[in-house]
Amino acid sequence: MRQETMKKEMLTSPPMTKSTPKGAVNVEGISMIFSRQGYSNQVLDSINLQIKPGELACLLGPSGCGKSTLLNIIAGFVRPTAGYVMVDQQPVKKPGADRGFVFQQYSLLPWKTTFQNIEFGLKIKGVPKSEREDMVGEYLNLVGLAKYRNAYPNQLSGGMQQRASIVRALVNSPSVLLMDEPFAALDAQTRHMMQELLLTIWSTLKTTVIFVTHDIEEAVFLGDRIFVMGVQPGRIKAELEVPLARPRHVDDMLTPEFTQLNRQVFELIREETLKSMEKQ
Amino acid sequence: MASILPQSGVRPHHPPPIVRLRQTLQALFFSGRSVRRFIALVLFFGIWQILCMIGFNFFINFQLIPSPWEVFNATIEFFFSDPWVHIRSSVVRVLVGFAVASVLGVILGIVIGWFQIAEDLLMPSLELLRPIPAVAWIPLAILMFPNAETGMIYITFIGAFFPILISTIRAVENILHDIVLIRVGQCLGATQWHVFKDIVIPGALPGIAGGLTIGMGNAWFCLVTAEILAGRYGVGYVTWESYVTSNYPPIVMGMLLIGLMGAFSSWAVGRGTAALMPWRVIKKQDA
Repeated sequence: MRQETMKKEMLTSPPMTKSTPKGAVNVEGISMIFSRQGYSNQVLDSINLQIKPGELACLLGPSGCGKSTLLNIIAGFVRPTAGYVMVDQQPVKKPGADRGFVFQQYSLLPWKTTFQNIEFGLKIKGVPKSEREDMVGEYLNLVGLAKYRNAYPNQLSGGMQQRASIVRALVNSPSVLLMDEPFAALDAQTRHMMQELLLTIWSTLKTTVIFVTHDIEEAVFLGDRIFVMGVQPGRIKAELEVPLARPRHVDDMLTPEFTQLNRQVFELIREETLKSMEKQ
Repeated sequence: MASILPQSGVRPHHPPPIVRLRQTLQALFFSGRSVRRFIALVLFFGIWQILCMIGFNFFINFQLIPSPWEVFNATIEFFFSDPWVHIRSSVVRVLVGFAVASVLGVILGIVIGWFQIAEDLLMPSLELLRPIPAVAWIPLAILMFPNAETGMIYITFIGAFFPILISTIRAVENILHDIVLIRVGQCLGATQWHVFKDIVIPGALPGIAGGLTIGMGNAWFCLVTAEILAGRYGVGYVTWESYVTSNYPPIVMGMLLIGLMGAFSSWAVGRGTAALMPWRVIKKQDA
């Protein structure tokens, strides 16, 4: 097993500064109906979300609530049956580099090295080689992967691969970073470190993040706001602010406030989880 | 761990000979892989020689089969009588046939795998031609081509073309089926061209490489068939000619020579394509 080494001092140096606040995401009346052979299934029912620039919003819900589908719609991978998504007043029509995406699966291209994977978006955009070299180098330092720049994905641990996936999206300076249960496949230790790392990166770059998860603790630990989703059909059941102070550390998960909040979300989601279990 | 176990006072310093023999054999079989392969070959020829010497005849008859020794003598004779013209003719035919099949098979395979319209237009006729064995093409090869040489190249081409084509089509389709990899490209702003160049082609390479290795083997496979058309030269021609004149050891020599050259060129194709895929680490199960 490779050890997850992350140097704190590497993370505290701000790699780049952004002044214009961007990354407002408006989800307006999104409905999604999958129909196949005369049988139709409503996955999402008139979803409305207003995500503020720089916010870290969590979409939390049991399996089958359509949270990943909603994220795919925001990304432009899937067209909704009704409604539309605006990112910085621009309607979403197709996938693009302004909405970075981190997949649940390990999704680095196996035939590219860490460096080449992260560089790929810049190359597509036509950024000159020397600039690409600098930018990718900076981001590799940000997530402590400088040593592994020439390694292929199958030589990296799961945590390293997800770190590389995050900066692959961030290097294109997206308006919003969409994350689809990115840490679900990792072991508990690594997951906690990745959550802390994400918060560090986010507080440095001030990028809007929409984070999909089914893990209540994860949502409470990371989020400014949590959108709790319900099933049958998928909809926003509740929306709550997380009043916990920042910066947050893994130790904060042991505080009474955290436990209290956890409990509160658990109650909200319990009924929906039961419903989704009955369905299966 | 060792400290927990009770120490036994007696230690076997001199194991009995039978144990030592077993250990030696084990060491031979399981230590070096090249040693293992060499022993396997020696066993193969040894068993064949023994079957010929005892005149084995139980369902399979070895009485008239040339023994490895006779084949060896025939090979010596062949190599002292200007063999290079035969080998060169055969190698050129196979390599040209394989080269044309590779270029056409990979390009057509990518086009058919990528565009629905190409599949609809091309696949029905290609599927119709695919099951036809090389030997059935001989009459048409004589009629279609200006000379025997191109006819022979065509027949080796037929052998190599279809495995390369089908493997390439399937490999491209498999990557297009991998929705995450395609989406990775899309959400980085990739155009169709970038998806094609940086995702589909490298992703399809392992499948294409497999097709090329099989195709190379099949090109040699069709050599004897092809060289039925030859007037004078070629390893396949020598093999066929010896059959016509009932001279058996050179037949087996020709067969083995084709096997050897085919195995070597397939190995070379495997090595060459592996060099194009440095990201692939293949760790096999130890026996």
